Amino acid sequence: MKPETIVNKIWNKHVVHQEEGNPDLLYIDLHLVHEVTSPQAFEGLRLNNRKVRRPDLTYATMDHNVPTKNRDVIKDQIAQKQMETLKQNCLENGITLADMYHPDQGIVHVIGPELGLTQPGKTIVCGDSHTSTHGAFGALAFGIGTSEVEHVLATQSLWQDRPKTLKIQVEGDLGPGVTAKDLILAIIGKFGVKFGTGYVMEYTGKAIRNLSMEERMTVCNMSIEAGARAGLISPDETTVEFLKGRAHVPEGEAFELLAEEWLSLATDEGAVYDKTVVIKAAEVEPQVTWGTNPGMCVPVSGTTPDLSQVEHKEDVERALDYMGLVENQPITSIEIDHVFIGSCTNSRLSDLQKAAAIIEGKRVSDKVRAIVVPGSFSIKMQAEKEGLDEIFKAAGFEWREAGCSMCLAMNNDVVPPGGRCASTSNRNFEGRQGNGSRTHLVSPEMAAIAAVEGHFVDVRQFTGVLN
Amino acid sequence: MEAIEKHRGLVYPLNRANIDTDQIIPKQFLKRIERTGFGQFLFYHWRFDDDGNKRTDFSMNYPEYQNASILVAGDNFGCGSSREHAPWALLDYGFRVIIAPSFADIFYNNSLKNGIIPIQLDQEQVDQWMERAEKGTLTLDIDLKNQFIVDEADQKVHFDIPEYHKEKLINGWDDIALTLQHQDAISAYEGNLA
Ligand code: SF4
Repeated sequence: MKPETIVNKIWNKHVVHQEEGNPDLLYIDLHLVHEVTSPQAFEGLRLNNRKVRRPDLTYATMDHNVPTKNRDVIKDQIAQKQMETLKQNCLENGITLADMYHPDQGIVHVIGPELGLTQPGKTIVCGDSHTSTHGAFGALAFGIGTSEVEHVLATQSLWQDRPKTLKIQVEGDLGPGVTAKDLILAIIGKFGVKFGTGYVMEYTGKAIRNLSMEERMTVCNMSIEAGARAGLISPDETTVEFLKGRAHVPEGEAFELLAEEWLSLATDEGAVYDKTVVIKAAEVEPQVTWGTNPGMCVPVSGTTPDLSQVEHKEDVERALDYMGLVENQPITSIEIDHVFIGSCTNSRLSDLQKAAAIIEGKRVSDKVRAIVVPGSFSIKMQAEKEGLDEIFKAAGFEWREAGCSMCLAMNNDVVPPGGRCASTSNRNFEGRQGNGSRTHLVSPEMAAIAAVEGHFVDVRQFTGVLN
Repeated sequence: MEAIEKHRGLVYPLNRANIDTDQIIPKQFLKRIERTGFGQFLFYHWRFDDDGNKRTDFSMNYPEYQNASILVAGDNFGCGSSREHAPWALLDYGFRVIIAPSFADIFYNNSLKNGIIPIQLDQEQVDQWMERAEKGTLTLDIDLKNQFIVDEADQKVHFDIPEYHKEKLINGWDDIALTLQHQDAISAYEGNLA
């Protein structure tokens, strides 16, 4: 048989209908729903007298709007209405909903894997661009708009053009103290924010194989920031091990059979990709973004760009201006006043453990307001069991309830105008964390040490890895 | 969705690359549960100051662009969040056509679903019209069926668009109704699954 990529294997298994000159009609195995991008879709169904075809393949939660403290007082009436609307829609259509008080509640891309809803080989969609996260399991997972949400609700399928495949081969090993977040930021920094447009990216190579599932999710999560709707990693023993015993995963013999099927999906030796790029893991250093898109990114030892050396001078100038920075400025000279540890990129238990290990016994700088927002209720519980909350609180961090929070600042967790935040999230767009806010994307470890020092430093100096 | 086959309109030039959907419609306006009424919030933080007054130094507020219905923008337009509120806001404000050197995938799809024509042209052509629209005003005639644009100097430029997208736009077809014609195939697929 001809060697195939995992993308084509999954694709071929899901084609419902195919005709010359048209996209393929693709079956969707799992549809995740949240409060912000779904109300208009349900309304559309109602207006046309249509039903949800497969409520059993649909799963909803509340994450974008929810308060992360004082859950019972939602001051924002419009947000409140949006959440009530989701509740009503799920009730009417028989869709399982993990609402704000449910033990399974959390950021949609955190709870899918946690519950074992996310599995290798599935087609997964959600009205959210970071659906690419689920690709870490070898699923074909991508974000869709609200019209497509409505389409999937009504038909459990989507018209899609077969994507081109882009192989990102990460050779060698990441250096000590260098994280998955640094790797993906370095990739986007090197190749830019649109090099993945039109492609599904597959991450391969030794450095990827050695990542934990949580780290793989961090990498796949940011595929969309490189323009790719989906990014994935072929399943292996790490994948199988992670899923074993999860709530929505079968047990016993059924699991063994399933695991075998999952492993068979991995890209075959010699499969052909439309494009391949290579990265040397050993060259990656801890990264910090300086500008207003995730591609505007340099190693922490670096500086902001030299205007005489850049190609699109206007864009760089504009970004520096918005960020309140000047050219050739050392990254370590940038002082911050906010730290956010959270989001679907970096709010999982291991992220919190790593950040806690850095700040244990230290104090957050007096100038800095720092918050930790676990990705899900269950992560919060587990972290509290391990005493991580006490470490964070003793250091001066606020410890919150699960949700998207300051990643997009739709609730009360906002960086004020002109405020500067070291953030473990995925977007540093203008105003992303609040009107006029300035965001620097970093790993949880780099955010933790920045909270203590009040400016960026190479975290490896504190972990004994550097000199 | 409203069918569209031909469109004649005034160009508004927005010469920035990588315009993300957070800029097109900031998050504080995503809480509404309707599809309409988003136009007033389009490019909110660029158009309005902190007190909600129109910024006189942002070109979209200039009198000569007030009736623009064609947006000419920089590379990688619509990147970032999947929010369909972005095309809803553009449409509600009055834009029916967007011309750029490239579009982000999800935004491109979302536009098509709402009767906005996203037209991809090479950087040089975009730059030429951008400059002309910045210096004075520019009106373009778009013929979707025959896939060309004519400007005031009678310059005729061809553009590509997948045939099936074109057909849906011209007919204003409801995607879901079309798919439901394949219900049997979907059921058969589900039968195989079980
Ligand atoms: S955490 Fe941020 S990026 Fe992730 S789903 Fe929530 S808002 Fe989107």
